[in-house]
Amino acid sequence: MKGISHTLLSYLTAAVFLLAIWWGLALLLELPIVPTPDKVFVRLTNVFARDILEHAAYSLWRIAAGLGLAVCIGYPLGVIMGYFRQADRFLSPFVYLTYPIPKIALLPILMLLAGVGELSKILMIFLIIVFQVVVAVRDAIRTLPEERYYPLYSLGASLGQIFRFVILPASLPKFITAIRVAMATAVSVLFFTETFGTQYGMGYYIMDAWLRVNYLEMYAGILVLSVMGLLLFGIIDCFEHVACRWQRK
Amino acid sequence: MKWHMNPTDMIAFDHLTVRYRSAECAAAAAIADVSLTVPQGTVCAIIGPSGCGKSTLLRAVAGLVRPEGGCVKIAGGKADPKKYRIGFMPQNYGLLPWQTVRENIVLGCRIRHDWHAGREEDEARLARLMAALHIEGLATRYPHELSGGQQQRVSLARSFLLQPDILLMDEPFSALDAITREEMQDVFLALWQEQHVTTLLVTHYVEEALYLGQKIALMAADPGRIARVFDNSLGGCPEKRGSREFFEMSRALREEIRGISAQHAGEGAAS
Repeated sequence: MKGISHTLLSYLTAAVFLLAIWWGLALLLELPIVPTPDKVFVRLTNVFARDILEHAAYSLWRIAAGLGLAVCIGYPLGVIMGYFRQADRFLSPFVYLTYPIPKIALLPILMLLAGVGELSKILMIFLIIVFQVVVAVRDAIRTLPEERYYPLYSLGASLGQIFRFVILPASLPKFITAIRVAMATAVSVLFFTETFGTQYGMGYYIMDAWLRVNYLEMYAGILVLSVMGLLLFGIIDCFEHVACRWQRK
Repeated sequence: MKWHMNPTDMIAFDHLTVRYRSAECAAAAAIADVSLTVPQGTVCAIIGPSGCGKSTLLRAVAGLVRPEGGCVKIAGGKADPKKYRIGFMPQNYGLLPWQTVRENIVLGCRIRHDWHAGREEDEARLARLMAALHIEGLATRYPHELSGGQQQRVSLARSFLLQPDILLMDEPFSALDAITREEMQDVFLALWQEQHVTTLLVTHYVEEALYLGQKIALMAADPGRIARVFDNSLGGCPEKRGSREFFEMSRALREEIRGISAQHAGEGAAS
């Protein structure tokens, strides 16, 4: 319990420090494009329930759907490539040739193929995350020494048991790290995709406020998008804490 | 050539040859034409210089390597880890780092589908075994939080909870300090006296082979082969450990192993 309150306190201190910097800069510059935090927070409380909540819900849904799809396809693929050498030899070239393509550059094509609606946005996030998941899971399993399987092999364990007792726990830490790294990119990409072909989502909200020269609402949107990212990181950390007990220090 | 098996033999190597395929050296046989039998309910110690294929012998029984020639039989049938209960203790104890001590001990039985968490007799058996091994307080710990000796005890608990048909131990006590090693040998003997499980024990300590093995197989290297097999009347008798006979025997055995190694080195220099 002491550890948790200690962590909270250190995060609070950092947040206060960052706010102070923001405030100082705003007072120093005296520009309408850099308002002081107090005005932004007041505006945020006014528009949050009325407006932002709906946009935030859309953004969260897109991230969740893209992430879910990436895990459903990327994790099994990574396991197959990591455990079966033959499959890896066959699939690795495909993964390595497509991995370096900047996925965001494919957005115009995706929008033409999948429409400008939800599907193209979710597919974009899926494409960003799936490669990281595949490569991380494959490497985690491939670096396992052969001896790790011996106690199970010598007991005549089935493939399902080998997955449950060795492959799944061995791949979890790197899998979670991959999700964490990909999540930051996914939020940025989400913002970008939401500036096209939609009237919902945090990306749309922020750009719309900007076009209306409503800087206070724009800042409120940026703040909410940032908190959303923080929340996602928090969820991933909690999941890691529960799922990877043996790694706790 | 027909080869006969005694009905009381639990493990039998029948002209076994194993070759490892690797990128650099494709041909060298790890073990060649090894024949050896282990009678039911005895401990057979395999001793020899490093690199003579001792571990390969165990892996062949556990179905971890595919023999190139010959075969391994368990109780007269083909060695099959799905058919027989094989307790395998590798050199690094084989504990899964993501499982607690309790989960690690129960793993063997869970894989064989005969562990029922909460069932009184199962829990009692586990508790008794953990108490006998003095690890009852460690149930919720993870392997990396344990000392080498404690990990060894957990590994022993897993093997004996399984009540295996055969037990394979690959230099199980070699990573421990001298005092802990002798202590663990006594712990093993005490557990073994209860179940009398047929055991194949690989070691490079002469005293360990003499102390635990009722049968001792001496191996030579390049290719790995059996040099001599003999029955050891000192095996499994704690009271004889300090005796003059034990001391003489270990000296003679050490001489013999040195002779095998020297012969091997001579051959290596000549070729």
